[in-house]
Amino acid sequence: MATATKESKRGRERPEHVRHTELGKPVTFLEAIREALWEEMERDDAVFLMGEDIGVYGGAFKVTEGFVDYFGPERVIDTPISEAGFTGAAAGAAHMGLRPVVEMQFMDFVSCAYEPLTNYIATSRWRGSGPVPMVVRGPVGGGVRGGPFHSQNPEMAFFHTPGLKIVYPSTAYDAKGLLKAAIRDDDPVLFFEHKKLYRLPALREVLPQEDYVVPLGQARVHREGSDLTIVTYGMMVHESLKAAEQLAEEDGVQVEVVDLRTLLPLDEDAIIASVKKTNRLLVVHEDTRTGGIAGEIAMRVNEKAFEWLDAPILRVTAIDTPVPYSPPLEDYFLPQVADIVAAARYLVKY
Amino acid sequence: MWTGGASSPAPARRGCKTRTGGRGREGAGLGAARVGHSGKPSRGLTLFTGLPIMSADRGRYRGLDRIGDKPMAEQTGVAASDEVVAGLSREQLHEIYYYLWLTRQVEQVLTNLYRQNKVIGGLYRSLGQEATAVGSAYALRRRTDGTGDVISPAIRDLGALLLMGARPVEVMRQYMAKGDSPTGGREQNVHFTDYRKGYIGLISHLGVMIEVMAGVALSFRIRGEDRVALVYSGDGMTSTGAFHEGFNLAAVRRLPLVVIVENNQYAYSTPVSKQTAVKSFVDKAEGYGVYGERCDGNDVLAVYEMTKRAVERARAGEGASLLEVITYRRKGHAEHDAQAYVPPGEIEYWEARDPIDRFEKQLLENGWATRQELESIRARVDEEVDRARDEAEASPLPEPDAALDGVYGDRPTARPWTRLAVPDPHYA
Repeated sequence: MATATKESKRGRERPEHVRHTELGKPVTFLEAIREALWEEMERDDAVFLMGEDIGVYGGAFKVTEGFVDYFGPERVIDTPISEAGFTGAAAGAAHMGLRPVVEMQFMDFVSCAYEPLTNYIATSRWRGSGPVPMVVRGPVGGGVRGGPFHSQNPEMAFFHTPGLKIVYPSTAYDAKGLLKAAIRDDDPVLFFEHKKLYRLPALREVLPQEDYVVPLGQARVHREGSDLTIVTYGMMVHESLKAAEQLAEEDGVQVEVVDLRTLLPLDEDAIIASVKKTNRLLVVHEDTRTGGIAGEIAMRVNEKAFEWLDAPILRVTAIDTPVPYSPPLEDYFLPQVADIVAAARYLVKY
Repeated sequence: MWTGGASSPAPARRGCKTRTGGRGREGAGLGAARVGHSGKPSRGLTLFTGLPIMSADRGRYRGLDRIGDKPMAEQTGVAASDEVVAGLSREQLHEIYYYLWLTRQVEQVLTNLYRQNKVIGGLYRSLGQEATAVGSAYALRRRTDGTGDVISPAIRDLGALLLMGARPVEVMRQYMAKGDSPTGGREQNVHFTDYRKGYIGLISHLGVMIEVMAGVALSFRIRGEDRVALVYSGDGMTSTGAFHEGFNLAAVRRLPLVVIVENNQYAYSTPVSKQTAVKSFVDKAEGYGVYGERCDGNDVLAVYEMTKRAVERARAGEGASLLEVITYRRKGHAEHDAQAYVPPGEIEYWEARDPIDRFEKQLLENGWATRQELESIRARVDEEVDRARDEAEASPLPEPDAALDGVYGDRPTARPWTRLAVPDPHYA
């Protein structure tokens, strides 16, 4: 059992910063991810990490702090700056039976690895070249004044690629359980971690001490409601929850918030079930508008639940621009709680 | 598949002089002082352009702790009494000849099938460069249980693929897009994989395989296995970003990766002079801080020995290598390509330096094989290739909906709703 063991297989004690759950203490979103990585590396020798500055430095966000001391430099590999190189190499290692987890220092840089991911890795199983069990994980998202190249949400660049799975958690519990499931999955998984959630105090929670996974491909109803469904993921789950509280207080409207958790494969059944219950659908995403997941979701509801709708399907998203740096610009770029409230009111009154 | 055959012991005649080791003395030894397999001093190969390619640059490359000091026989495990050249026995030389001829004949049959419109896509031939593929792969540890060395061939490395254990019928089924081809008709030509035999199919995005094979080598390192990854690159592939990222990673981590740059003078229609500013691809070895060596790619034994050195270095934990073989693509990029861009006389120049003719001559002149033996090998190849063609032609095309299978390991791909007996969009 990986959790609740003080002694590692090397006979050394786990360092303090990966023992919060073991000691019954709450963890942040980031600590949940760190624990998932640690426990999977303890559980399975085939799991290893690659990325830039993840060893001695512990990663740009310190997710892998202390890992290299414990697991050694052959399992916590500092790479040259070469996202395509180490992502492609991860595929080769995965072919040979290892389970690589590669870190993009910022997920903005995953575009550099678009070639191996979409052409080689995603097609491998289908081509008859075998499964590629690997995870590409890293921080995404705006609201931290990171500018256009440290704030992106590149998930939809990969959504159109059969063979990949895309995971985007919003809570510490889900982050840990989904990352473990992703590492154990036999298909390649892109794992998006919203950097604004990493240390958000409100997300701290005490996690189960036993080993658990959250299955990929299953959405979760985060808040029950009867008047309107909001389908969302990542940071926008929390903005949508705030909007839902405001709508309940000020308008007496009960909003159901569905957290997708996994974008690909999309949990269509959960979306359809909620739409059939509330008859109104608003899709909220931090990603930009055109080609965002809202379009795909609207199409699926159109195909499967057209007769249940009492209003058009609408969306609240970022504007169709790069992510701006200056606070007034970025706040204008990002969907705000007030946008969600306004859209919800429009739909409820439709 | 080579099954060997009894051969009379030949006089042990060592025509190949192993170069003396030592840092920088002969460097990677581009062979000016090298003694050819015929036992006569090699004059060196001259490019069609007139540039001498075997004499320049001596000592420029890092010949770090080469293993070349040991007799090749010791390295190949051939008993000294059986060795005739390059550490190889007479039977092994015949095996090399078999695979050279098999490669050429499989492609000849494919050419006939292509002309009969039975090949679905393009046909990519390696005519004139069979020795680079066969000679290099012969230096590897070949197994069929997934414990041997692993290669990733480029498009013109059919010979390496066959040597690793791919069957001619599999290659023909691939080209003919048959349902029982190794990829079930999803992919074409030499783009297919067998982990047990040790080959990983390339994709068309050149350079990615350098990254992937660096990862294969990395897995050997992590697990402490003394296996080697070998990846083939054309001259064009070296220009990609992926080549750089993958090879730099292998170089800096000293991974057991051998990259063979098969310089066949053209990438599609683009000559090497428009591909790179370096005089020779092996110059790049220095830039990556790895061992580099270059040889005449139409001399199968030279290719074998050079690769063997790099492979043994990799196996001994001495890191990655960049090898260059000089050869020539006598056919177009694919069969449709009329090669209008090739200067007159160039193809004929290289025809006169055909690798199989050269090896045959070596075998006969040195008494390593008799005419009769070679004839019997060729007859066996012809018979095998004909049988493979018949089998492949009889194979069925895939069932159309087989396209749905295998995208994910744990869930099916949805069928198009318009193709249901009663079209139903709710099914989609």
